[in-house]
Amino acid sequence: MWEYSEEVKEHFFNPKNAGAIDEANATGEVGSISCGDALRLTLKVNEEDDVIIDAGFQTFGCGSAIASSSALTEMIKGMTVDEALKVSNQDIADFLGGLPPEKMHCSVMGKEALEAAIANYRGEEWVDDHEEGELVCKCFGIEAPMIEEQVRANKLTTVEDVTNYTKAGGGCSTCHEKIEEVIAKTWEAMGETMPVAAATTTPDEDLVPLVTPEPVAAKGKLTMVQRIRKIEETLEEMRPTLKADGGDVELIDVEGKNVYVKMTGACSNCQLAAATLGGIQQKLIEALGEFIKVIPESEKAKLGAA
Amino acid sequence: MDKKRIQRNAKDHRRGITMQGIYLDNNATTKVDETILAEMMPFFTEYYGNPSSIHQFGERVGHSLKKARKQVQALIGAEHDHEVVFTSCGTESDSTAILSAIKAQPDRKEIITTTVEHPAILTLCEFLEKDGYTIHHIEVDNKGRLNMEQYKKALSDKVAIVSIMWANNETGTIFPIVEMAEMANAAGVMFHTDAVQAVGKLPIDLKNTKIDMLSLSGHKLHAPKGIGALYVRRGLRFRPLLRGGHQERGRRAGTENAAGVVALGKACELAMEHMEYENTTVKALRDRLEKGILEQVPSCFLTGDVENRLPNTANIAFEYIEGEAILMLLNKEGIAASSGSACTSGSLEPSHVMRAMDIPYTAAHGTVRFSLSRYNTEAEIDKVIAAVPPIMERLRKLSPYWSEQGPVCEPEKSFNPVYA
Repeated sequence: MWEYSEEVKEHFFNPKNAGAIDEANATGEVGSISCGDALRLTLKVNEEDDVIIDAGFQTFGCGSAIASSSALTEMIKGMTVDEALKVSNQDIADFLGGLPPEKMHCSVMGKEALEAAIANYRGEEWVDDHEEGELVCKCFGIEAPMIEEQVRANKLTTVEDVTNYTKAGGGCSTCHEKIEEVIAKTWEAMGETMPVAAATTTPDEDLVPLVTPEPVAAKGKLTMVQRIRKIEETLEEMRPTLKADGGDVELIDVEGKNVYVKMTGACSNCQLAAATLGGIQQKLIEALGEFIKVIPESEKAKLGAA
Repeated sequence: MDKKRIQRNAKDHRRGITMQGIYLDNNATTKVDETILAEMMPFFTEYYGNPSSIHQFGERVGHSLKKARKQVQALIGAEHDHEVVFTSCGTESDSTAILSAIKAQPDRKEIITTTVEHPAILTLCEFLEKDGYTIHHIEVDNKGRLNMEQYKKALSDKVAIVSIMWANNETGTIFPIVEMAEMANAAGVMFHTDAVQAVGKLPIDLKNTKIDMLSLSGHKLHAPKGIGALYVRRGLRFRPLLRGGHQERGRRAGTENAAGVVALGKACELAMEHMEYENTTVKALRDRLEKGILEQVPSCFLTGDVENRLPNTANIAFEYIEGEAILMLLNKEGIAASSGSACTSGSLEPSHVMRAMDIPYTAAHGTVRFSLSRYNTEAEIDKVIAAVPPIMERLRKLSPYWSEQGPVCEPEKSFNPVYA
């Protein structure tokens, strides 16, 4: 069985706001019975100040789908529709104390139903940019289209490259064979021959200098000052690449295995921030020769509060 | 074995164990029988010698392995005890069988299997497909019955091996293995069956069949996990998966899991004694469970070939609800079952077995498998019958596809999603 948080269990076993509400003036429906999950969200919005007075859900789906729906209705009640639109699927997951990676799509379904309902309230048509593909990496919830896109754009040739760009394969490693297949198929679709053994050669200059073949350093334990210096050096190496995309990264703190960084500029609200963090983490692990976790500074406040 | 005694054992089996609840997931794995556990324990600290050794420590173990081999032989009706090769699990037995067949017959580049096979076979075949093998997947109808015409057509001298399960793990549907083995034999094709669900539940008499290889697994019949066996017909061309020492007559190298082997032997002996009980009392409990649920819960039905199933397995499809949610609520009531829904496995699709049978989309995500054992009691079954209806009602109340009058007609039309 999944490792669900206590919050997920609570919202599943005792769901809040189940059922359609009377006098709803906004409805959002997403999913389908053949996909295995579907959600109808009904809202009652005060038309004078746009505040959501009441919300109800009807969900066909697994435990986390029901919990996500319940959480969503609790979160948005009392918000204006504009405020509600800022609720992200990550917010829903956070509200529930986290979701297993394979279950993140449940929170996405909640977010989409909300967008659809608000569009319905405003008399607009909600266009879905929902792209679903085969789930390749279950640890980080990465689907095939995302990997294909990165392989295409950056001419990636190895599993290691793919992990650096997308995080896929960075966990349990069960999907490495699958990732190799996606890489091979993508190159085939591009109509190009994949360069062999690219991982051991120096990458092209216009690519992110990801895989530095220098051996993992530091067998002995580094002092804190040495570690911080190493981290700064590594971030410095990566900086030109980030700046090329209009962003930057700043080291905030190091606590044991946790390295807190601040993403600034274009990186701070980039969709690929998570992938970038994954890339930074990979580089730091290589440089330090130990396992560390890169955490955005914004998460630190939350961790501290918890 | 005396029926009263088995029933008393069933009632007492919880003594001294801390896990409470009603275990109806015996097709996944089973409780180790106390007698079996007692039998294997001395092989850890007392009879720990290597059976290959000359000294008394090894000799004692060697004798025990021999006895266990005979116990397995008896249950599956093999002609010779040395036709039994001990392995680590059902999956190892399956892999050994298929890889042996293709290695031994390098000119044959086709394999016949089914669409509803266990991943131990399907995933291996998928892998071999990349190496240039052609895989014939025999299809099933909506009752889970194999398409025999398709099977007949697929048999040829290009086929290295046929591998078809004796009984399906999800629905319990039994396939006509004896007949299919004869057809393969007539066409000059090797025949393997994954019988992990069937062994101990159905009478098997290999010496009177044309089956060449058969896989079985200890933990499905109250022996511990980590022990299995592969039956290899005497004289069959064989290539080992693990090469090394001379153990198992060179067919499976590696020091024997003596405690596991002894346990499997005992498990086979006990399975033999319980075979009748399994097919009468356990079957009656299963039927009682099904009847109780089907009578009380609207919009649900049995899947698989209902007339031709394992005695312990019930697979019920509940429409308009999702399986994982059902399992979580059952678990809260202390009832352990399993589901073929997408969400329990982490994939986006419901189980391949349900898809192969073309179960209506309204029900494919809501299938629940209850699999019983000789440890279940009537009182337990009655508790489950009482617990199930409120759970279904509760989840259907949450579902957009269900109204107070029952299922909404044409669910896809009344529900207008922005995307599907």
